[in-house]
Amino acid sequence: MRTLYRFHGGIHPEEHKLESSEAPARRAPLPKKLILPLHQHIGNGAKVAVQVGDKVLKGQMLASAQGMISAAIHAPTSGSVTAIAQHPVPHPSGLDGLCIHLESDGEDRWIERAALDFRAMPKPELLDRLRDAGIVGLGGATFPTHVKYGLPSGQRIDTLVINGAECEPWITTDDRLMREHADGIVRGIEVLRHLSGAGEVLVGIEDNKPQAITAMRAACAGSDIEVVAVPTLYPSGGEKQLIRILTGKEVPSGGRPTNIGVACNNVATAYAIHRFVDHGEPMISRLVTVTGNVRTPMNVEVLIGTPLTEVVECAEALPGTTGYILGGPMMGLEVDDLHLPAVKSTNCIIAKSAQLFPPPPPAMPCIRCTRCAQVCPADLQPQELHWFSKAKNFGKTQEYHLFDCIECGACAYVCPSHIPLVQYFRFAKSEIWQREHEQQAAEIARERHEFRMFRQEREKQEKAERLAQKEKAAQAAKPAVATPLPVAAAANADPDDTLQMRVDADIARANMQLRIDAAAARAKEQAAAAQPKNIDALTPQQQAEIAEIEARRAKLREIASDAGADDEPPKQI
Amino acid sequence: MWSSPFISAPASVSQIMLRVIFAMVPGIAMYVWFFGPAILVSITLASITALATEALMLKLRNRPLKPFLTDNSALLTGWLLALSIPALAPWWLVVVGTAFGIAVAKHLYGGLGNNPFNPAMVGYAVLIISFPAHMTHWLTPHGLEGIVLSFPDQLNYIFHGILPASTTLDALTTATPLDTLKTQLHLGLPVNEIRDMPIYGHLAGKGTEMVAIGFGLGGLYMLYARIISWHTPVIYLGTLFAIAGLFHLVDPASYVAPTFHWFSGAAMLGAFFIFTDPVGGPTTIKGRVIYSAGAALLTWLIRSYGGFPDGVAFAALLMNICVPLIDTWTQPKVFGRKGDGK
Repeated sequence: MRTLYRFHGGIHPEEHKLESSEAPARRAPLPKKLILPLHQHIGNGAKVAVQVGDKVLKGQMLASAQGMISAAIHAPTSGSVTAIAQHPVPHPSGLDGLCIHLESDGEDRWIERAALDFRAMPKPELLDRLRDAGIVGLGGATFPTHVKYGLPSGQRIDTLVINGAECEPWITTDDRLMREHADGIVRGIEVLRHLSGAGEVLVGIEDNKPQAITAMRAACAGSDIEVVAVPTLYPSGGEKQLIRILTGKEVPSGGRPTNIGVACNNVATAYAIHRFVDHGEPMISRLVTVTGNVRTPMNVEVLIGTPLTEVVECAEALPGTTGYILGGPMMGLEVDDLHLPAVKSTNCIIAKSAQLFPPPPPAMPCIRCTRCAQVCPADLQPQELHWFSKAKNFGKTQEYHLFDCIECGACAYVCPSHIPLVQYFRFAKSEIWQREHEQQAAEIARERHEFRMFRQEREKQEKAERLAQKEKAAQAAKPAVATPLPVAAAANADPDDTLQMRVDADIARANMQLRIDAAAARAKEQAAAAQPKNIDALTPQQQAEIAEIEARRAKLREIASDAGADDEPPKQI
Repeated sequence: MWSSPFISAPASVSQIMLRVIFAMVPGIAMYVWFFGPAILVSITLASITALATEALMLKLRNRPLKPFLTDNSALLTGWLLALSIPALAPWWLVVVGTAFGIAVAKHLYGGLGNNPFNPAMVGYAVLIISFPAHMTHWLTPHGLEGIVLSFPDQLNYIFHGILPASTTLDALTTATPLDTLKTQLHLGLPVNEIRDMPIYGHLAGKGTEMVAIGFGLGGLYMLYARIISWHTPVIYLGTLFAIAGLFHLVDPASYVAPTFHWFSGAAMLGAFFIFTDPVGGPTTIKGRVIYSAGAALLTWLIRSYGGFPDGVAFAALLMNICVPLIDTWTQPKVFGRKGDGK
């Protein structure tokens, strides 16, 4: 029997899993039209690789990964690309994102598929293949899987943790998947083990899923993969919490599991890897729980890009439905309408009704009862964070480790004053990000200003020197020949000087650019680490536009600098 | 539209406060049994005053009445205060104390959740400083020599200050067991002789010890119902026992037994109902340990050497002052930072 460890706090909300967990997963009908957002994962959005009008086959790559952290997007069915345009996407901002619109031809014809001999393949190539198969973590964060295993040299993974905890109420996709496809999951785990080189593989499943545990144990029989039943306690499925339960180790604040020699992936991700490695199928579908105020709660296999209206139709929303939650009730996102596509992170749709999800009573003042602190899995003091967030004392919120908050919602769940604590914390976080951005912008502006002052001063000096020199030269030349035209003299007299000046300016400009780039990179890094930003998902048109403007600017600068009037270092966009 | 989480546990401030009030019932029942129903009159007076003052202050502060009048926190303050002062006292005593606690100690600091000091204890402090004579007339428990006042006569005294012709206040009331102990020790009597006096029972004062047991039972209920955590009562009573026990061992003639401290005065009420008040108390576990231990030390010091018979209220107020410092000192390490000392 393995020793299990405890994480601090945790709660036992009503599970509501039985509603959807008992019936086998079904396949949703083939949608006529699919909407495929380019940004379905953490990191850079994918780069469009097709054109409007193209006929594509099921499994064909529509958009490729770009940059370090990104993943490809594929056609979930055969058909034609009808548009590449903005469309509402499931995102807390409620903003539109660029999507490939695909019209299905009803034939569902596959590209040529082939199994992969992953053991025979060099590791970097296998990672590239995963990236190009669009494999991202299906546990919720949609972190591209290949990035997790592309470790810097010197880092080593000892333990591979496979997350089958599924601790959020209502959601049962992983439960169903483990019951129905345990063998496939184990095949995927083998690939992950190969990639990680881990000696120990642990599958953590909450003990409220005995059938899944049995199925996984049966599938793991004869291998050294250990299936561990962990106590049901929300949020044991949080990556850091599950690692703590199984290994006793804590992922350092701000760090990744690999920092402590652990890699963690969801069972659904392992299954997706199996589909790709053994069947050549990229990530084009996933299981979605449709539950709540519906006639027949169930799990459906949904093609990525299927409009959520069609997903919900499978289970049939009942009268009295007041809205929908995407994801679970603890961390999900409420949406008004369902004209959004299912994306790789869509694990659950809950139809809300006033009976199932009564609106919270009005918030009362905090009475410092610390029930929130007692349940916080990050050992935070939510009552203090609330106090400081409310007072907009953001420095203090950071001192009290606001950014270690995983927004699991346990604090708000138990709060007897019904304070929307997580909302306060999101607010404080976004305010802090905003301020950091502003500060960086101000910093850049200040540097630019100082550089400009310095430059003007130097030019003035140089001009004065030149004039003095010219005067001297003219004085010297006066008795000998007739005075040449002053302009020509200027042009002829000091070609070296102007050249030197230009070189200086170029060096200064280059230095400046380096600093600005570094600052921008820092800002970007922070933003990327925090959460996907809308500006990260620039559309190709926008990017093309930016490139064009850049080119124009560069040209202008060239002209300007030739004319000697280049006063300012290049602007940062 | 609201944001996640979309579900919440069925707890509320109003329900928590109500349970705390409910937990006082065994103690109050003992009170009525040993001292007659006068205490019910002062609890009623305190309740009415608390709600009226709360309503008035909410009105003045432009706050909604309903959510705050029904949160039961004002009621709890009133009950605590009523239990802290003599039951047979003129009606205005409890009214003044309660009104001051709610209006000044609670609302002038921002109302529910914002008061650094326990309003009931502030009310008590004001009364004992302003009206010390009235605060010493504690009812003699039934079964002791003296006259038992009938309920109508009690009412007559509370509201009109009139006693039956044949009696005086001194015949009806007595100093508290703690007060008597202090006075007699001053007079040079050893503890064991003082304890033989008729007002003392098995553990502490006759009657009062049973009231303390009643509050202890209520406290156990609160522990069971997880309304309070065990840290405060256990550390408070434990520390009080340890200090009192140590001195009692060294000099039993001058220092009374630790159990006497437990079951006298407001120690039990304090351990379960006063020091557990979350608003003015610390929020960290370590902080609660420091706070409770400090409160026990102060209780014992004031009882043994101070000018007041009991030390619980002042211990609470003095420890309330320390809370911001204690909280800052005792911030726990967060997940993933346990190793780096930050």
